[in-house]
Amino acid sequence: MLAVGNHIALDAALFYLFAGMTGASAVGVVACRNIVRAAVCLLFTLAGVAGLYFLLNAEFLAAVQLVVYTGGILIIIIFGVMLTSTSPFSRFEPRTGEVILSLLIGSMLMIALVLVILHSPFPTGDAGGRASNTIETFGQLLLGDYLVPFELASVLLLVVMIGAAYVARGRRAKAAILMQRPEGG
Amino acid sequence: MLLHIAIAVFFFIPFTSVIGMLGIWGERRIAARIQSRLGPNRVGYFGLLQSLADGIKVISKEDLIPAGADRVLFRLAPYLTFVPVFAAYAALPFGPDLSFEPRLSAGVFWLLAILSVEVIGVILAGWSSNNKWSMYGAMREACQMVCYEIPLGISIIIGVMTAGTLNLLQLGNLQGGGIHTWIVFRNPFVFTAFIVYFVASLASNKRAPFDLPESESELVAGYHTEYSGMRFTLFFFAEYAAMFVVAAIQSILFLGAWNDPLGLIGYEHHRLTAIGQPHALALLIVNLAAAGIFILKCMTLMLVQMWVRWTFPRPRIDQVLYVCIKVLLPLAFVLLLGAALWQLFVPERAGVPWMDYQPWNVSNWVHNGFGGAWITQMVLAIIAMCGVSVIVGWIIYAFASGRTDHQRLSEATAIPHTIHLHTGLAASAASTNR
Repeated sequence: MLAVGNHIALDAALFYLFAGMTGASAVGVVACRNIVRAAVCLLFTLAGVAGLYFLLNAEFLAAVQLVVYTGGILIIIIFGVMLTSTSPFSRFEPRTGEVILSLLIGSMLMIALVLVILHSPFPTGDAGGRASNTIETFGQLLLGDYLVPFELASVLLLVVMIGAAYVARGRRAKAAILMQRPEGG
Repeated sequence: MLLHIAIAVFFFIPFTSVIGMLGIWGERRIAARIQSRLGPNRVGYFGLLQSLADGIKVISKEDLIPAGADRVLFRLAPYLTFVPVFAAYAALPFGPDLSFEPRLSAGVFWLLAILSVEVIGVILAGWSSNNKWSMYGAMREACQMVCYEIPLGISIIIGVMTAGTLNLLQLGNLQGGGIHTWIVFRNPFVFTAFIVYFVASLASNKRAPFDLPESESELVAGYHTEYSGMRFTLFFFAEYAAMFVVAAIQSILFLGAWNDPLGLIGYEHHRLTAIGQPHALALLIVNLAAAGIFILKCMTLMLVQMWVRWTFPRPRIDQVLYVCIKVLLPLAFVLLLGAALWQLFVPERAGVPWMDYQPWNVSNWVHNGFGGAWITQMVLAIIAMCGVSVIVGWIIYAFASGRTDHQRLSEATAIPHTIHLHTGLAASAASTNR
């Protein structure tokens, strides 16, 4: 699970396992016609990225990846798909223009990323070993040096939550007025 | 690393299976006891091997897939439910030295992450079956899970805040000085958070009274209606394994992990490891005793879960969500605030018992050795206990008023519950004619 150093072969094997899983399922997300299957492929992509974080000894980041993306956002996506799709097995039917446009944008992004990766220097060898107690440092930074951005993010989330509650409630209040019945009976 | 894989294969997989088997047997025996029946008692002593016999039967069953189902996802869903729960075992320590990865600094958070992934398998099982009962079950599971994760997480945070670490091994070591060093008894807010955690964990595990995703009387079997044979069994194994994981988090975070009430294990372990070369056999014995106590605590908590399941009736889904959002969630926030204030204002002795301080010496209970501080602590504890009892009273009031006032169905569907004996028929006829 966590890299131990003297098992480089096993580490490499795990890396290729997770990387292959991430890549293959990312292709699956794009290639799947069925929208729920695409969501399941996304699950494997996100879980594979979490595994890569684990190999890098960033277990807190891996757990955040699982909680936020896999446990939160993916469930909301599946929820939305299940609630909005009219047929039980809703499918993607992209038009030719859309396919060409998305291929263009995708390939441009890929070229840009490859260029950036090729031109940026990566430190080779042992990058300082295992960072001790990452979560402690992380917490102190979050509530110390980066307190203002952290609080701003929470205010943003609060605004979103209140907005969502307002939108949901407004519709319900109208429905309640329409369906009003006399008390008692 | 290879050793880790060997432990996973030769210890955790059999352990999960045994927990599942014993859990199912225990569930049936307890249900029988509560319902004045006998339960399975023929196969093996007290029917202990009944689950094994059932397993053989289940393996030999046909593996059915409904005609309209999404075949790939239908086959995948049981594994997506089972694998995350199994991965959670990797983080659990069973004793002071019996840990898979002692440096896992985000242990508690990792367990929480794993438990939040489990729900996807259930949703997929419900969706891919192409069956309305399964679909309803999956939707209920999604609602319930997304909802109850918040009070669950906050009550875990309260425990973590009191201890000051997310590392499961360290959490266990911090509670090694006897019953008064267990986190649940550190302050009254944590004690209430313990109860909040228990309720929320029942809901997140789909256990009764929150078993709406699989409620037999309304949805046939909920999300696993269409499953048969071994795939059906995987759901069951996942449920019992998850029960154990949830109970394990509870006992590590609140109930002193593997430590006995007198602090003997913490003392012995500290005495053995304080000298340079610990006696290997003695250390092994201490660790085995610790593992025994830990599993016993988890089993007791599982027993309480089963006892609750067969005692309480099942609420409606709107009542379940009401309990979460309007009762448990505000309560959890109040407790979080209270626990934070307690940390600020009450002088408490921190550190690992026996190593940093003598836990049974009263003057050592408080920080800096200030003699009168423990009296202050007791007085504050009494005041806070009064506050907590007000809060608990508020919960009871909220439950009661939720049952009667706010949560009535709209009139068209409500059953008139004030039928008088002599006018009963006429009144109900009138209400159906309206």
